[in-house]
Amino acid sequence: MRHSRFTAILSALLLAATHVCAFEVESAKFYDAPSGGNLIRIVSTADIEVFEPIILAFQKLHPDIDVDYTVASSTEVMNAIYIDGEPFDLAISSAMDLQTKLANDGYARTYRSTATANLPDWAKWRDQLFAFTQEPAVMVVSDEAFKDIPLPTTREDLIDLLRDHPEHFDGRIGTYDVRTSGLGYLFATQDSRNTGSYWRLTELMGRLNTKLYCCSGQMITDIAEGRLAFAYNVLGSYASSRLKDTPGIRIVPFNDFLSVMLRTALIPKTARNPAAGGVMVDFLATLNTRLELNAQTGLPPISNDIGDLSNAMRPIRLGPGLLVFLDRLQRDTFLRSWSNSMEQE
Amino acid sequence: MTPTLAKGSIRRRLVLQLAGIAALLSLALFLVVRAVAEHAAEETQDNILAASATSIADALYSERGFVRLELPYSALSMLGTISEDRVFYRVVVDDETLTGYDDLPAPEVWSDSRKNKFSTLSYRGETVRSVAVTRAVSTGSQITDVMVIVAQTRLGLEAISTRITATATAVGAGFFLVATALSLLAAQTALLPLNRLAQSVARRGMADLRPVVTETPAELIPLVQSLNSFMSRLRASLTRSEDFITEAAHRVRTPLATVRTQAEVVHRRQSGAADKKALREMIRAIDESSRSAGQLLDHAMVTFRTDHLETSDIDLGDMIRDICDRLFPTADLKDIQINLDCTDQPMPFSGDPILLQNALRNILDNAIKYSPADSVITVRLTANGSYLIEFADQGRGFGDADLTQIVGRFERGSNVGDIVGSGLGLTIADEVARAHGGKLEISENKGGQGACVTVVLPRS
Ligand SMILES: Nc1ncnc2c1ncn2[C@@H]1O[C@H](COP(=O)(O)OP(=O)(O)O)[C@@H](O)[C@H]1O
Repeated sequence: MRHSRFTAILSALLLAATHVCAFEVESAKFYDAPSGGNLIRIVSTADIEVFEPIILAFQKLHPDIDVDYTVASSTEVMNAIYIDGEPFDLAISSAMDLQTKLANDGYARTYRSTATANLPDWAKWRDQLFAFTQEPAVMVVSDEAFKDIPLPTTREDLIDLLRDHPEHFDGRIGTYDVRTSGLGYLFATQDSRNTGSYWRLTELMGRLNTKLYCCSGQMITDIAEGRLAFAYNVLGSYASSRLKDTPGIRIVPFNDFLSVMLRTALIPKTARNPAAGGVMVDFLATLNTRLELNAQTGLPPISNDIGDLSNAMRPIRLGPGLLVFLDRLQRDTFLRSWSNSMEQE
Repeated sequence: MTPTLAKGSIRRRLVLQLAGIAALLSLALFLVVRAVAEHAAEETQDNILAASATSIADALYSERGFVRLELPYSALSMLGTISEDRVFYRVVVDDETLTGYDDLPAPEVWSDSRKNKFSTLSYRGETVRSVAVTRAVSTGSQITDVMVIVAQTRLGLEAISTRITATATAVGAGFFLVATALSLLAAQTALLPLNRLAQSVARRGMADLRPVVTETPAELIPLVQSLNSFMSRLRASLTRSEDFITEAAHRVRTPLATVRTQAEVVHRRQSGAADKKALREMIRAIDESSRSAGQLLDHAMVTFRTDHLETSDIDLGDMIRDICDRLFPTADLKDIQINLDCTDQPMPFSGDPILLQNALRNILDNAIKYSPADSVITVRLTANGSYLIEFADQGRGFGDADLTQIVGRFERGSNVGDIVGSGLGLTIADEVARAHGGKLEISENKGGQGACVTVVLPRS
């Protein structure tokens, strides 16, 4: 339930609610360093299992830094900084829009180093927000369902496919419920910006009784178990990491465009040990020099060559544009259209 | 010549003034470039802000009596394209925030004007530039005024400003350097005619008092004119002095000569020994004073004329013969014999006859003066590499006098005894010889005792 309570908290934020609410922690773990003493407190949306290899590698390099790792949903991460002013030294989140808002509204510290200077321009903003992974939204299909049907390579292909075989896909499509999933909302809004086919596709998916999910994991499980023929806009990194131990599924990257989510880190204004936060930012910014970690975590590091236009990869642009979809009215309007398309009874 | 004291330098002053002007202009250029560029940068930000706010205002619509808004993606993303500045926005309907940052300050008076209202204010600890756009939205029955405020921090602008300042500094400094270099050149060129004039004046001979006729710029014409008028005055004054000397010589010599002749006549008529002796003394005194006066005036004339010789073609043999003839009576008075050793072949020379005559006469005069009675003076004129006119006598010689000093003005030997003299004779001879490119050689008479004075003149 990473992105649950999204709507509620967001509204609260935008109305600058004054109520005090301790943010909701999902799990936490303390990593005692061999020669500790220096403590870094990290709040993150990434699960402990996913992030642990990074922390261990980090401590190998910096044996003096204890790591206090707290996992929370993206809205709770935002909440912790924006409202509670928790003294975290680093906030890591997949919700680019919320991270952008934190930086825009002055909750992040400026940090510059050689490592951050080497990041491509699209992977940082204001020297406050630093991307360290690039995770595309992909389509995951069941091999069995596409036995006799050619795999679509673009969204137009997919639309044609759904029009041609409605009975085959009816009730067997999955996607994020963008009302509850922040990531789903991010991908959906980017899709709506990038292509005119998005609303037609949503309309079609709604007509074919698409099942709505909160998270990528459940979608992949349902594909593997034959309940779904395909899922649209699944987080590619999760899908890849499940690929090994889940037979019968396949990742289909569209080649018209791929929205690429950037996982970002920022050093909050409230940090007690911003220097340690900086050390961790440097470590994350240089993840592309530690490819063994990529294999362990399934998080693809920033690579310099995805920015060019010949590529279908479209990293979601950091910057004030992301604030647009956080706008209350905008969000209302978008969700209304989406719900109308998706739930046609 | 007295050394001219340099008080300042036109060139330096010109360069300094021009450099000063260049510095002022550079500063002005710097300020203007910066002001214009910064204004342009600010205007750019304002334009983008206005575009953003307008696009938001354009997206306003009404639905069931309420103002609604679908915030256009480009409205905020366009602000992110030129800089990484923080962006704030707020939409206000009837003093209520419809959406956005509800603490973003709205301009005080807002309903009276449809124009975009820009302001610079402090928000969330940073200076922001904001624009407010007012739009009337019809909500069914009534018309509601909606204000859209978009604000952006000015970090990008500051970065641009820093860059502009650097560029403007470079432009200003470059301009200054170029202008200074050019002003050096300009000073050089401006002073060229002056240098030319100075050179043309410096190049001319000592006695060249002709007016300066070099082409000069208008500014130098007064200088050249006063220079020319000064020179003409100088020339007039010189001519006057020369005339005076000639006149004076004439006025002094003629009466003396008359007196002398009269004295001789009387001397001849007298028979009384005492009277005769007195008259001889008188004649001698007349001779001396006439010689002294003559020498003084001669020297003055020589000094004058050596500056501008009035040359003509003469024959040195003829000249020597003439001088010997003229002094024969004086020598004869002391029973001195003048032996002239001179061939008949022509000895052409281009020189100032009056000066040469004067010089040679003075030397021969000395020889007679310092020779004892009943002796021989040998005058020899030879021509090989140059002309040598040698006067050798059997007199007392120069004794231990310093031969290098003896030609000096009013310089007399130590062994002159009772013989009167002015100390100018050899001076005149020396000056004349040098004015003709020759020299005077003084030595003891090699043929025996006595002096030997030789005038050496170049053979052209
Ligand atoms: N022929 C000469 N014999 C001896 N001494 C001479 C002779 N000519 C010149 N001098 C010496 O040189 C000095 C300078 O000569 P000069 O310039 O003619 O002046 P002054 O009127 O005394 O003769 C004389 O005072 C004298 O001592």
